[in-house]
Amino acid sequence: MGRATVRATRTAVALALLASGAVVLGAGGPQGAPTAGATPELRQASAPQQAQAGNDCDVYQSVPPSGEDGAAVKAIKARRNLVIGVDQNSFRWGARNPNTGQIEGFDIDLARAIGTAIMGDPEKVTLKAVPTSERIKFVQEGRVDLIVRTMTITCDRLQQVAFSKPYFNSSQRVLVPKSSTARTIDEAVDGKTVCAASSSSAEDELKARPKVGKLVSVENHLDCLVLMQLGRIDATMTDDGLAASQAAQDQTVRVVDGEVRPAVMGIAMLKNSTDLTARVNQVLAEYHNSGAWRAGYDKWLKPYMLNDAEHYWPTQR
Amino acid sequence: MATPVRTKESGAHAPGRPDGSSAVPARRAGGRAPGIAAAAAGPFARLTQATRTAPGRLRLAGALLAVLTLAFGALTAAQLNSRAQAANRVVSYSQPLSQAAADIHLSLADADTTAATGFLLAGAEPRAVRARYEEDLRRASQLISEAAARTTTSSPAQEWLSALNQQVPVYAGLVESARAENRQGFPLGGAYLRYASEQMRTVLLPAAAKLTAAENDALAADLADARATPWAGYLLGLVALTALVWVQLALFRRTNRVFNIGMLTATAAVLSAALWLTVAATGADSTLRRAEREGAAPLRVLNAARVDVLTARLAENLHLVARGSSTKYAELWSKTTGHLFDGGTPGRGPVGTLVEAQRLAPPDAGGPVDQALRGYQQWRERHDVAVKLENVDGDYQGALDTTVTVKEADVPKTADASFNAVDQQLQRAAVLEEGGFRDAALGVDKDLRTAAVAVALLGLLAAASAVRGLGRRLAEYR
Repeated sequence: MGRATVRATRTAVALALLASGAVVLGAGGPQGAPTAGATPELRQASAPQQAQAGNDCDVYQSVPPSGEDGAAVKAIKARRNLVIGVDQNSFRWGARNPNTGQIEGFDIDLARAIGTAIMGDPEKVTLKAVPTSERIKFVQEGRVDLIVRTMTITCDRLQQVAFSKPYFNSSQRVLVPKSSTARTIDEAVDGKTVCAASSSSAEDELKARPKVGKLVSVENHLDCLVLMQLGRIDATMTDDGLAASQAAQDQTVRVVDGEVRPAVMGIAMLKNSTDLTARVNQVLAEYHNSGAWRAGYDKWLKPYMLNDAEHYWPTQR
Repeated sequence: MATPVRTKESGAHAPGRPDGSSAVPARRAGGRAPGIAAAAAGPFARLTQATRTAPGRLRLAGALLAVLTLAFGALTAAQLNSRAQAANRVVSYSQPLSQAAADIHLSLADADTTAATGFLLAGAEPRAVRARYEEDLRRASQLISEAAARTTTSSPAQEWLSALNQQVPVYAGLVESARAENRQGFPLGGAYLRYASEQMRTVLLPAAAKLTAAENDALAADLADARATPWAGYLLGLVALTALVWVQLALFRRTNRVFNIGMLTATAAVLSAALWLTVAATGADSTLRRAEREGAAPLRVLNAARVDVLTARLAENLHLVARGSSTKYAELWSKTTGHLFDGGTPGRGPVGTLVEAQRLAPPDAGGPVDQALRGYQQWRERHDVAVKLENVDGDYQGALDTTVTVKEADVPKTADASFNAVDQQLQRAAVLEEGGFRDAALGVDKDLRTAAVAVALLGLLAAASAVRGLGRRLAEYR
């Protein structure tokens, strides 16, 4: 019962955080309670983030959550503007609705929640559309403070930018036209013309598969759907979130059973701004504990995803 | 030509003359007795025989002059006529085809640019934007079929025309898919539009550019044909004149008579024919050179600038369509605008197709091109504002509104308005330059044809006069 009360309080606090402009939070405002409410597994992940390349890096590790404002956060607050790089092109994740002019989706809700929690004012948060291939460059050049756009945490990327704790499980899936008889990934790609976004995990996976007939690399995963509709390719490999978004836009494609390259998505930021990373981890933990994460999932992704929400919340394995 | 020879032959049977007595018996023997022997001696032998007598030489000279003057008239007329035909092809065929090819290119590029504008405005797309897109495609299709009808199957242009003919409907289908997906709120629409535009820029526009190049080559060839110096005519005219003068000098030495009316008329006829030839050929040359300099050449550069303007506008639109998923279109914008107008290095003025178009523009088209350049500078400023809004402030909607908007009050402040102003001024200049070219080149073929007829008649007159003039002298031997 006591635990339920704590959770109810947490939800109320988080909702208050999310309500735009309803609450102006002081610098250390949310600091104490969220830390107390963080789940044990998040508390355990206290080792510094490992950044070396190779298979031994731990994509689940990040700096421990903290509500304190360090140098990086203070600098952002001083300029009264937190810039978050988002996607405008991934349906249901981060996409611009041409009819309203608004960017919307799961990642966008998350980005706004993080921005509002840190800045205390949604007006001081700027969402900027960042090209997929320029994500790391934008962070390194300080053109954005955070990147919240279906970004997979990899050992390579950990050398270039810092990541928050993971907030979404993702793996590579294969889409085929409904008319295709393929039942497994192997059947769908072996000897076939397969499409993937360039410099994506899907492209790496396909390059590692010697039996793939032909690999077509495009700039954006949606370009694959165009090519699939035009009959130029047999299959598309992309992560399951984007696969779901493609299936949502076209009733005649389906996701093939099976997944490869399990991975997690995280929020990327500048490598040396440890305090910002800790701050983001703090908000992430709150976001999940309050139920906002699940609410976002239910709102944007549930109709298109193959599993229940909890399947996609990363827990360290 | 055959007539004097026969005259000469009959002359061989004429009564003997004082100074040719030794030759006459020999000829008789050869001509009368065995026909085989005469044949064996051949016409050349008879010709050499004839030169040994004065009337023979006169007849020969007459024949020679008749042949020379007739050949001069005929050849010169033929040369002028072929130039007249080329000049006519320039005006009625190759220049229109060349401009049609450029118009196909421009219409397609404009269709692509307009489709992207309509896409950005989505559901609020004004009817005028849609109408402009449809008109572009209609015009392109019409020009393609007209050009195909006027082009021979063996022409290299035919290949590009049929490629365009096949691809235009494919492109239009892709654009409709893009619109349909966009209306449902699917980002897939943007992907379709980018794909359609990619097809346009990698398949259709290159085909249109190659078509334009082929038609420009044909125009250049026709212009060169029309402007070619008629060397053969000049040379033959010189030979004919020399021969006329030489014969007259010989006659003067022999007869001490200064004037032979026939010969003088022949000389005057050849001289006026040569003069007419010179005037017509050099006149056509300088007129066509001016038409090229003040019409065709500036028009080519202007068309290139117009294509660049449309491409820059397309890049600007597609960058916004891509919604930050790509930097490709920002790069295309930089590349294209660099091609259009480059401030240049210190000490060397600005360069680019727009600068070149301004430099080459004839006076009447200069005004519109200047205005286009000013509009372009304004467009760049507005574009820079939009880029700053998007990249620095992260205000995509602001960038979009600065570029294109449906709010009528704000339309004049957009980059789209500046682009339209530039486009219209360049179009005005193009109409003026094309008109200038036609005006300049239009009468050339008629002048050349008149000269051809005149030269042919003068050649005939010269031949007849020369033969008549020498006939008078010849008659003195009878």
